[in-house]
Amino acid sequence: MRVAQMTMIQALRSAMDLMLERDDNVVIYGQDVGYFGGVFRCTEGLQAKYGSSRVFDAPISEGGIVGAAIGMGAYGLRPVVEVQFADYFYPAYDQIVSEAARLRYRSAGDFTAPITIRMPCGGGIYGGQTHSQSPEVLFTHVCGLRTVMPSNPRDAKGLLIASIENDDPVIFLEPKRLYNGPFDGHHDRPLVPWSAHPLGEVPEGYYTVPLESATVFRPGTALTAIAYGTMVYVCEAAARETGIDAEIIDLRSLWPLDLPTLVASVKKTGRCVIVHEATRTSGFGAELTALVQEHCFYHLEAPIERVAGWDTPYPHAQEWAYFPGPARVGAAFRRVMED
Amino acid sequence: MSQGTPSLRLHVPEPTGRPGHETDFSYLHLSRAGEVRRPPVEASPADTSDLAYTLVRVLDEEGRAVGPWVPEADAALLRRGLVAMMKTRIFDARMLIAQRQKKISFYMQCLGEEAIATGHALALAPGDMCFPTYRQQGLLLARDDVSMVDMICELLSNERDPLKGRQLPVCYSMKRAGFFSISGNLATQFIQAVGWGMASAIKGDTRIASAWIGDGATAESDFHTALTFAHVYRAPVILNVVNNQWAISTFQAIAGGEATTFAARGVGCGIASLRVDGNDWLAVLAASRWAAERARGNLGPSLIEWVTYRAGAHSTSDDPSRYRPADDWQHFPLGDPIARLAQHLRGIGAWSDEEHEKTQADLEAQVSAALKEAERYGSLADGHLHGAAAMFEDVYEHMPPHLQAQRRQLEQFQKG
Repeated sequence: MRVAQMTMIQALRSAMDLMLERDDNVVIYGQDVGYFGGVFRCTEGLQAKYGSSRVFDAPISEGGIVGAAIGMGAYGLRPVVEVQFADYFYPAYDQIVSEAARLRYRSAGDFTAPITIRMPCGGGIYGGQTHSQSPEVLFTHVCGLRTVMPSNPRDAKGLLIASIENDDPVIFLEPKRLYNGPFDGHHDRPLVPWSAHPLGEVPEGYYTVPLESATVFRPGTALTAIAYGTMVYVCEAAARETGIDAEIIDLRSLWPLDLPTLVASVKKTGRCVIVHEATRTSGFGAELTALVQEHCFYHLEAPIERVAGWDTPYPHAQEWAYFPGPARVGAAFRRVMED
Repeated sequence: MSQGTPSLRLHVPEPTGRPGHETDFSYLHLSRAGEVRRPPVEASPADTSDLAYTLVRVLDEEGRAVGPWVPEADAALLRRGLVAMMKTRIFDARMLIAQRQKKISFYMQCLGEEAIATGHALALAPGDMCFPTYRQQGLLLARDDVSMVDMICELLSNERDPLKGRQLPVCYSMKRAGFFSISGNLATQFIQAVGWGMASAIKGDTRIASAWIGDGATAESDFHTALTFAHVYRAPVILNVVNNQWAISTFQAIAGGEATTFAARGVGCGIASLRVDGNDWLAVLAASRWAAERARGNLGPSLIEWVTYRAGAHSTSDDPSRYRPADDWQHFPLGDPIARLAQHLRGIGAWSDEEHEKTQADLEAQVSAALKEAERYGSLADGHLHGAAAMFEDVYEHMPPHLQAQRRQLEQFQKG
């Protein structure tokens, strides 16, 4: 298959373009998604190519966008809808939790909700309180949902295609800090574009990255760092800068997840650091910590560390004191190695 | 506080009637039968403004069908409507007893509202999809192809419950009968119906959606999203608001009904709207047909406020004598839908007291037989249920490893 250099934006667009072409039941809509092509350009050109009955603009109503998608799914369509920022999904929470997640269960399979909800998430862009949040735990806690987050263009395309094809409702979180290039937390250095990164090489045609499959992003022997999204690159920088040979797992599918890959890694290294941008208390890291503890207890040589956003709303001016950068992650790496 | 300016006061609406005080139903703004015009189905939403504040009625006090809304319906269809209403009421009454006998954990009747769902069901075409609330059992009971036994098995949560015991009684799901899965969360289905209609339009289909909501639930945000999306995309959907005056203990005024109508909300959002006598089966049929024709003709959505009265308790967990007059239904000016259609049919020589009694007895026997048959498959009370392992199925299409592990854990625990 031919391979092209793509940003994450282009890779996501390529996935949607392909699925619109392959499956007549795929429809795409959301705020500014149609004519304008999305505020992040992820759907640029799709309306012109497929027409406004397949790709269209929606009123500013997250509950309406998701609620209508559930109805379309019940009809037999496969809607891929966008919530402009993950910070704005809250008005749709009732539809997501009470309806999309439960429809198959409560109707014993009579009706299903094969929908994908795309949401740009994460900080590191001076987005302040309502353009930076990482609400993944509010989805991973909900039975019936799949929560997915890619960290690079190649995974982004393969995971989005797999999500669209999946018959369960999928929350597809896109770290907007990674849209144009990988980011390791060194905000004072120039942006590295995806064109300069091997994971920016994306097959042009159809392929999937299976859900519930984690990947070893960086093999190592000293400790296991479990991360997803932007934090994968932060962990990589922390390993480089501390000289600690960390094995970095990119979860990709947050829930349901690929437990065997995690367990095999922690059993090998005996040490574990869990890293996410989201706030710490009851964050997804707590579930990961519990799972590692349950499954790897007799292999652990140190307490499991969690590096996360502080338990505060996401600040504007204090962005880099809030964002878990390579220095904070590196400090955690050193602590688990000392134990 | 500035001098001379009256201090502000919070207005909290109250019903005129409370236990021991008769309700003053003059707030309803009724029209006489035959008085309200019937616009063409092509009418622009703005041209329905007057219809949102008046009341479409066909049957007059003597049970005669009068005015422009008299539907084309032969006696056989009207008799079918009457039987569907009687069946619904008898079904409700029997299930209420079954709940009191502790065979069923919970039940909700639609006493007094039977005309709306049964009349509407007979105005739709096969393949249309209803997104009902928990008080539209008439949509199912009006159909000959829906088994009462299946419905009762859902109520009993037994081994034959098509929903495998996962749902509260009354929360039916029957895709093949055009009946969407009922959710406990109010109003959520109203916007989903609009999405279903949009999907039908996207695919160039001919099927339409029918959305259902009560007066109280119009205050939920999904009511607003549904009207907005239906209007924006001209979705082929009928937006039904069943105004039975009560949301559990709250009078419809506290939902925003004071000095206005729910039909008026539709006009405000650019949707053609009607306000219809919900206890007049002929008006229900005629208005439903009008809205269905409009939707099917790509002429856009309609909103219908059905004015009726919740004659029974909200549910088996509710005691209405604590918040409204005990004899309220007897004073409700739109009466009883079954009595009114029976009166009309007797008037045209298509029904008799003898037939009524015989039909009543036949339906009672049918419902009792269905209950008896359903009980053969067990009930929540006697423990004949879907196995606990079924609890873990259908959360996802394929059971993920963590649910497989939890199912094994439960099995091991149960083995001891």
